[in-house]
Amino acid sequence: MSENMRGTAVPVPHLAESLVSATVGKWLRQPGDVIEQYDVLCELITDKVTVEMPSPIAGRLTALLVAEGETAPVGAPLCLIEEPNASGAPGGAVQPAAGASAAAVQAGGGSPAEEAMRSRYSPAVLKLAAEHGIDLSRLAGSGLGGRITRKDVEAHIASGAVNPGAAAVQGGVIPVAQAERDAAAAAAAEGVFVPASPKIPVRTTGLHLSENPPHTNVEAEGRMTGDREYLVDVTPVRSIIASRTRQSVTEIPHAWTMIEVDVTNLVHLRNKLKGEFMKQEGINLTYLAFVLKAVVNAIKDYPIMNSVWGVDKIIVKKDINISLLVGTEDFVLSPVIKKADEKTIAGLAREIDDLTKRGRAGKLTLSELEGGTFTVNNTGSFGSILSYPIINYPQAAILTFESIVKKPVVIQDMIAVRSIANMCLSLDHRILDGVICGRFLQRVKENLEGYNQETKLY
Amino acid sequence: MAVITYLEAIRTAMKEEMERDESVFVLGEDVGKGGVMNATKGLRDQFGEERVMDTPLAESAIAGVAIGAAMYGMKPIAEMQYADFIFPATNQIISEAALIRYRSNNDWNCPVVVRAPYGATGGGALYHSQCPESVFFGIPGLKIVAPSNPYDAKGLLKAAVRDADPVLYFEHKKCYLGITGEVPEEDYIVPIGKADVKREGTDITVISYGITVQYALRAAEELAAEGISAHVLDLRTLQPLDKEAILAAASKTGKVLIVHEDNKTGGVGAEVSALIAEELLFELDAPIMRLCGPDVPAVGMNPPMEKFFLLSTDKIMEAMRKLALF
Repeated sequence: MSENMRGTAVPVPHLAESLVSATVGKWLRQPGDVIEQYDVLCELITDKVTVEMPSPIAGRLTALLVAEGETAPVGAPLCLIEEPNASGAPGGAVQPAAGASAAAVQAGGGSPAEEAMRSRYSPAVLKLAAEHGIDLSRLAGSGLGGRITRKDVEAHIASGAVNPGAAAVQGGVIPVAQAERDAAAAAAAEGVFVPASPKIPVRTTGLHLSENPPHTNVEAEGRMTGDREYLVDVTPVRSIIASRTRQSVTEIPHAWTMIEVDVTNLVHLRNKLKGEFMKQEGINLTYLAFVLKAVVNAIKDYPIMNSVWGVDKIIVKKDINISLLVGTEDFVLSPVIKKADEKTIAGLAREIDDLTKRGRAGKLTLSELEGGTFTVNNTGSFGSILSYPIINYPQAAILTFESIVKKPVVIQDMIAVRSIANMCLSLDHRILDGVICGRFLQRVKENLEGYNQETKLY
Repeated sequence: MAVITYLEAIRTAMKEEMERDESVFVLGEDVGKGGVMNATKGLRDQFGEERVMDTPLAESAIAGVAIGAAMYGMKPIAEMQYADFIFPATNQIISEAALIRYRSNNDWNCPVVVRAPYGATGGGALYHSQCPESVFFGIPGLKIVAPSNPYDAKGLLKAAVRDADPVLYFEHKKCYLGITGEVPEEDYIVPIGKADVKREGTDITVISYGITVQYALRAAEELAAEGISAHVLDLRTLQPLDKEAILAAASKTGKVLIVHEDNKTGGVGAEVSALIAEELLFELDAPIMRLCGPDVPAVGMNPPMEKFFLLSTDKIMEAMRKLALF
């Protein structure tokens, strides 16, 4: 391993039951950064969840082992972090045992740890050596770290090398290699197991030999391809959004309709309540909460809006779970307000606040992103007055609430300044048609225009 | 010779013993219908419900009735539906069955057999996966057997039924349908207290019992291709241990790996290891190694945890290789 590969490996965590791998979305730290424990290292993305990966340890980040956009199995190292107390060359602190020095000289190389094994004899080896008068320092070991095994000694004895007569002929000095060859030859002649030479490990293949699975470093940053353009790699989230929206557009025949709502009374109502609400609840009272209430009540009147195309049937869902769309500059999430029909306007406002805040922080769980039955998107928040939304597959429809704009409006032949907003609806034409959607939108409109100073938030 | 499953071997052993001896009877939860494992299937049709007795859901009662009947000269085979549920019966087994001969100065004895399907089959988690043998392992007066193949299963169950003292018969559930083997039609027994060399080898010795014997044999087969020759000893009987066979197998190679699915601490392997260390120090060429279930309460339900917990051919092979390379 090279110098910059030192450190403790941080593994891919087991993010949820049945998940076996995760994809790195974005590295938030770079090699060289000093990391505190629980600092966020990167975003991890799976089919189920997207999470920020906290560092389990403190230290200096030395290497990123999984590039952005790459997927690694659970348990595989993500990056290396050098812990402050773990500095120093590995193995450098090991002092060779006193008895090992001679062996180390003889073997000419090998790590001190290995040499320690070379001169450590098991009871069986010592007993055999004593019985047969063998000088163990002359034997080659085939065991771990060059350890002399019982089989080595037995082979040595079987070879006849310890026969006193033979030993005398050779002046009592038996070259190790010669003895080994003799032993092997003798053993082979008898058809018994021949110990493998220490040079050739018994196992030569298999994954277990490498501790770290091989990995490649893929750059996932913006790249220049000339002076007129540059490339941005598709992040996993972008790729999911791409495939989901394409699925929606290709599978669902979209139709579109729009309606204008006079929300003047709602504007007054909200202006009256929002200061008090902020003081009491600590959160913004948004228009969206009122819109959701109006939509949910309209869905109760037209339950078919809350359905899914099942090819040979239409599945109408009883729970009204409203998907919101929470956008950032990079991506869009659709957290779900479960059983929205059971919530008050204040309850909806609280839930909207919680889901959007945590959505932008990447802290939503899988269950909070699942189970939506109808989507409401507050496109007005960025000033849009008209939009053509794509249905959040496999739902039946999506409604957008556009900007509230003051407009001159004719009321009873008089011109008045009113707060007006557009609502747009994309619908699955396999399930829904113009009349039902028109009625639904009219009901939403009625509900919205029906807000007045008496409307209760709780 | 017919090739049959481990489960069939157990069933035919009971059937043949009941045919041979009128005083042999079977009792347990749902045994009339064959029990959840089908071990007693068909026995009620042949022998009637007086000899194949369905009991209430009370293991202490099953053991208690069986022990009482045994003391009066019957030869009961009591089935615990799962070995995990044996604990309510533990007091009866340890305090009564194991002690009666000693306590009565040989006036009474208790020829009861308690069959306990043990071990994990996958997906069973806590109450359907445990290995409770170590609870009974240190109890003088009990005999404990744990066969690893159909031949031993049939022979040991017959020996257990004919034994004059209580025998706990631990049958690994994973063996039931997964392990088949040749079993003679004629009457034979496998003597209690005798281990069996399942494979001869010269480099390392693996000592095991139950399903892990099968894993070890498969691992040995694969390692043979790598040039490692493994000697595999199947204990078959856990109490009393076959000391002679254990020492012979250990001294053959001087490198010993003990494998069992039960927890490491306080398990059968600890005793085997101590025995070898006491008697064979100067034959040992490596530390005695143990590969066992981890010391956590029970197998986890979720697959990764289960995989982490349970032994496998691969895990045993890795341990064997490590020992061979030492």
